[in-house]
Amino acid sequence: MKRPRIPPSALVGLIITGVYFLAAIFAGWIAPYGFADVVGDVWAPSSAQFLLGTDSIGRDLLSRMIYGGQTTIAIATAATVLSFATGSILGFLAAVVGGWVDQLLSRFVDLMMSIPILIFALVILSVMPVTIVTLIIVMGLLDSTRVFRLARGVAVDITVMDYVEAARLRGEGRLWIIFREVLPNALSPLVSEMGMRFIFQVLLLSTLSFLGLGVQPPLSDWGGIVKENKDGIVYGVTAALYPAIAIATLAISVNLVADWVLTRTTSLKGGRGG
Amino acid sequence: MHHPVVKLIAQRVALGIVLLLAISVLIFAGTQILPGDVAQAILGQQATPTALANLRAQMGLGEPAYIRYFHWLFAFIHGDLGKSLANGQDIASEIGERLKNTLFLAAVSAAIITPLSIVLGLVAALYENRWPDKLISAVTLATISLPEFLLGYILIFFFAVEYPIAPSVSTVFDSMSFLDKLHAIILPVAVLVLVSVGHTMRMTRAAILNVMESAYIETAELKGIRPFRVILMHAFPNAISPVVNVLMVDLAYLVVGVVVTEVVFVYPGMGQYLVDHVAKRDVPVVQAVGLIFAAVYIALNMVADIVSILSNPRLRHPK
Repeated sequence: MKRPRIPPSALVGLIITGVYFLAAIFAGWIAPYGFADVVGDVWAPSSAQFLLGTDSIGRDLLSRMIYGGQTTIAIATAATVLSFATGSILGFLAAVVGGWVDQLLSRFVDLMMSIPILIFALVILSVMPVTIVTLIIVMGLLDSTRVFRLARGVAVDITVMDYVEAARLRGEGRLWIIFREVLPNALSPLVSEMGMRFIFQVLLLSTLSFLGLGVQPPLSDWGGIVKENKDGIVYGVTAALYPAIAIATLAISVNLVADWVLTRTTSLKGGRGG
Repeated sequence: MHHPVVKLIAQRVALGIVLLLAISVLIFAGTQILPGDVAQAILGQQATPTALANLRAQMGLGEPAYIRYFHWLFAFIHGDLGKSLANGQDIASEIGERLKNTLFLAAVSAAIITPLSIVLGLVAALYENRWPDKLISAVTLATISLPEFLLGYILIFFFAVEYPIAPSVSTVFDSMSFLDKLHAIILPVAVLVLVSVGHTMRMTRAAILNVMESAYIETAELKGIRPFRVILMHAFPNAISPVVNVLMVDLAYLVVGVVVTEVVFVYPGMGQYLVDHVAKRDVPVVQAVGLIFAAVYIALNMVADIVSILSNPRLRHPK
């Protein structure tokens, strides 16, 4: 079914997602104040000077959110890239090679997927030094199990195609088959899944930071800013709600875009399991 | 005994046990993956050699990892969860009360999620693509996308601060009456219900609509039976299996929801305990609580599969 125009929901999603990404990229130019500058009273209400008010120690909340968004989006993007790189290459490998390699990888992934990622992440982070690099690696590798399932499933369907058989008969190597035959044809279902995995990483990172186990001070991502300001809620201070709303709106808008991409590009749907 | 259902269930239970054992290996290994040793990781770079040596002895780090794993596993099976590194307390006795609290929170939530999502799913299926369906779908889609802590703080802001009808901190203790406890956990239960009901409701709707395409439903409709009756008496019984399956999987997912929700509402349960001790790098506690969470999750998924087996008439009445 061809849809010449972008449906309004996807358009809204695109615009909001675009605004967040642009704000993250140009954070240094558009943030009115510095990330760590104490510029006003504690939890000052919103005003012309501080659009969203100030935070728990008097920093401009809007500026912190712009920089925080940069941290959230950068880490989630890096983790998504890592999970797709690892998951899809191993998934293609399992499908193309088959046999015990496939069995070993698939059973291991079944095992990893049998309990929630958050529980595993907490176990590993209890001994890991919590840095941005370890966060990206832990989040990316744990989530690559989901990508593996999808990539393997798609690739299994592709490897039975005539053109792959032809390549095999020509005597092409496995790497050639993976990168020149499977990858281009598996790209569209993988790309449409990318939005869902990105949302998952945003939520996972925000949750970890909110629990105090993600991004560590002095740096803060959105989840961390919620944590910093959560004690204000009982006094009616809404500072903690803004970063939380930012997380939710980013998740919803990426979701809207991903849904549209999914219906447009392919009938293949991947697992969305958390 | 030779009924195929018994065999299938036995296989599924055996698979669950194997899975749990494998997960216990992963959880144990997950705390050993550092290139250095765990004691150094826990105490940090500034640790004195004496403190390091003490901790190594306390954790039995002199022995190879697989020996420690078997010691840990056997002790765990016998109810000895070890001692906390942070305060030297016996983990099993520290967990007792918290496990009860978490199960209470989860049970109350489940008691609401189950009927609510089934009713909403039925209504949405009955009014497919008309406004009740669209409204339910839109609201539940929004709640699925929200992080638990956002829902938590929004509820606190409105129902504990602006219009105070429930406490923002869910303190419960043993001597409280059942009703007082229920009152204390209104908001965390609301969070867990909101994050789960959307998914379960959508799956219920999908399962019923799927059944509605069958020929026997058309027959029932052609016989002039009212749509509500067709859905309830003809479609729903055949949709029970997928619905219960999703329900169980979603209840299992409460394991994750509970961790965050307990922290938001400072609820004295397992999730809060786990998070506190991850921050303290209290490896024995993290391993024990992690394994308990994993066991609950795997058990509920197993029950989901068993219900599917039992509710499949082709398996129940073999030729």
